[in-house]
Amino acid sequence: MPLVKNGKISGDAFVHVADDAEIPGEGAILISSARFLDDPETLLRRGGKTGVIWPNNRNVDDLVPYLGRLAVIGLVFPTFRDGRAYSQARLLRERHLYRGELRATGQVLRDQFVFMLRAGFDAFEVKKASDADAFTLTAKRYSVFYQPTGDGRITALHQRMQQRHSESAGQ
Amino acid sequence: MYAYDELDRTLINERVSEFRDQVKRRLSGELTEDEFKMLRLQNGVYLQLHAYMFRVAIPYGTLSSKQLRRLAHVARRYDRGYGHFTTRQNIQFNWIKLAELPDALSDLAEVGIHAMQTSGNNTRNVTSDQWAGVAPDEVEDPRIWSELLRQYTTLHPEFSFLPRKFKFAITASAHDRAAIKVHDIGLRLHKNSEGETGFEVLVGGGLGRTPFIGKTIKPFVAGRDLLSYVETILRVYNQYGRRDNIYKARIKILVHELGIEKFAKEVEDEWRQMRDNSALTLDNAVVEEIRSRFTYPTYEKLPHMPEESKKAAHDPHFEAWRKNSVAPHKVQGYAIVTLSLKPVGGPPGDATADQMDAIADLADKYSFGEIRVGHEQNLALPHVARRDLPALWRALDKIGVATPNVNLVSDIIACPGLDYCSLANARSIPIAQELTRRFANHDTANLIGRLHINISGCINACGHHHVGHIGILGVEKNGEEFYQITIGGRADENAEVGTLIGPAVPYGEVADVIEDIVEAYLALRARPDELFIDTVKRLGVEPFRERVYATR
Repeated sequence: MPLVKNGKISGDAFVHVADDAEIPGEGAILISSARFLDDPETLLRRGGKTGVIWPNNRNVDDLVPYLGRLAVIGLVFPTFRDGRAYSQARLLRERHLYRGELRATGQVLRDQFVFMLRAGFDAFEVKKASDADAFTLTAKRYSVFYQPTGDGRITALHQRMQQRHSESAGQ
Repeated sequence: MYAYDELDRTLINERVSEFRDQVKRRLSGELTEDEFKMLRLQNGVYLQLHAYMFRVAIPYGTLSSKQLRRLAHVARRYDRGYGHFTTRQNIQFNWIKLAELPDALSDLAEVGIHAMQTSGNNTRNVTSDQWAGVAPDEVEDPRIWSELLRQYTTLHPEFSFLPRKFKFAITASAHDRAAIKVHDIGLRLHKNSEGETGFEVLVGGGLGRTPFIGKTIKPFVAGRDLLSYVETILRVYNQYGRRDNIYKARIKILVHELGIEKFAKEVEDEWRQMRDNSALTLDNAVVEEIRSRFTYPTYEKLPHMPEESKKAAHDPHFEAWRKNSVAPHKVQGYAIVTLSLKPVGGPPGDATADQMDAIADLADKYSFGEIRVGHEQNLALPHVARRDLPALWRALDKIGVATPNVNLVSDIIACPGLDYCSLANARSIPIAQELTRRFANHDTANLIGRLHINISGCINACGHHHVGHIGILGVEKNGEEFYQITIGGRADENAEVGTLIGPAVPYGEVADVIEDIVEAYLALRARPDELFIDTVKRLGVEPFRERVYATR
């Protein structure tokens, strides 16, 4: 499953560690929320970056004490129809100001890329290689956005107000 | 009319090109049907019994003549020469080919029409009063806010994969013509004591297999806070709405299971953290920007009662139509004219391409190029000079849309039913057709007065049977079509869910039963002007039940 990060297909520096597998002493790891919450302080002290896969039915508020020390938060799309992780992503980015990698995992398809980018995801475990290849093109599909989110893209309403100001300034 | 600017046009063109690519990937097999299903639904494409069905949005029910002509073109070029207006200000085409859909969408996009989010588990077409901007009792034009909401909900990155569909409706009049109490979010525009525009917000209304009337979650949300408040409700729903059972996934179930107080508290707690998000605040300048792109006719100063109308009053056919289908306009000398799409023996809400073209021409000639679509599946010309009424009536009559039955017993709301729909258990359209024949006599219909019959071919309730004065629900029993009859429902400001009057009856008996109910009403009503719905309210269902089942 290719990983797209910062717009490019790239190798994954993080190892998914199953709940029953031993945690390596070094290196970057991705672990489940249950395992992480079991003993977060010890985990965050080990040598190597820590990432956590957060289920879509658990409040992200529980992650708030650790946000500054987490390198990756992986949110889950069990199917592409289940959109709970979009809300979690926006809460993490916009309310809790999480700045680390926000990774979309699960059933991640090309047709969700724009929504995911707008919600604050910057890394994608893409299900199909052809979708990963199409990332750059797909991400540029839209140039007009009606809603404000934390991604900084300017909204149509805002653009109109700017146009109006520049028109009235030019008169 | 709202005029698209370059940004709106760019967005719908980008959407069409995305869908064209999705269809291409489906046809090449790159996308599975399961993957494609959600994508096509988000563009209004259902798979029905015989073919794909294509549902196009008519936001808040406003159309220009140019747009209506383009809908006629789509009916002719890509379908079988007609379209079906729905109960949510959409139009459906029933015989469209998948490979041609991107072209149809592209033709529509040229005139500012789209099919985004007319199906699927997302925020649907924002509906409003079809008399918006012209109704005499209106606080202000609700379409400004409808358009703000249309833009806000279109391709929302957080809310495009909700637990289930989500519908908004807005009214700005005391008399609710938008059925806001049976929507996921209903908005009643009003002003507070300081004269500020805002909304009473209702939540959790809806029909389907578990009908609920919406409850007030907040009596006043200022206009500037509308989007942040709506975003809060959607966010709470997106996270906590049930996803384990499609039949329990609507927000009405969440509101019901939590109770409105607890739900309101969840929303309030979340809103406190959102409301000062300046990006969602609608400053006056922003609202005025949208308002400035709505154009209004330049009305003439006209007499209230022109000579032409006085002369035509001698014609009883004209008078019957005028009394039935012409409503007061906020500007003197003008009127709102409803065009009945319920001819005797016809399927409710259908219009042919030729009719659409003719109506577009009449709108240009008599209604400043504007047409409205109402949830009752009729059309309206919103700005007709009263002096033009006789000429307009003759033209409408010629094309078969002047049946004087608006709001009467034969003005039936019906879903497509088993004739088209893969979900249906029973036929709806032939029941409606038979009823229009039974009640074809206009004098009898007038004597009966206002009476709404709603027919759904299955429990999903697309014909809104729960809120019909008389509701007819098709069910299947041992492979045969049976119909449950409810009475006492209504969809207006006093919305209520109807009560079942007794066991379901077979297909062949439905029209007889409805006639019995109407006869019972005529015998039971206290005065000739006591409406059916009021008689049911006063007496309950029992006397009607007796009448219907005594001999069955």
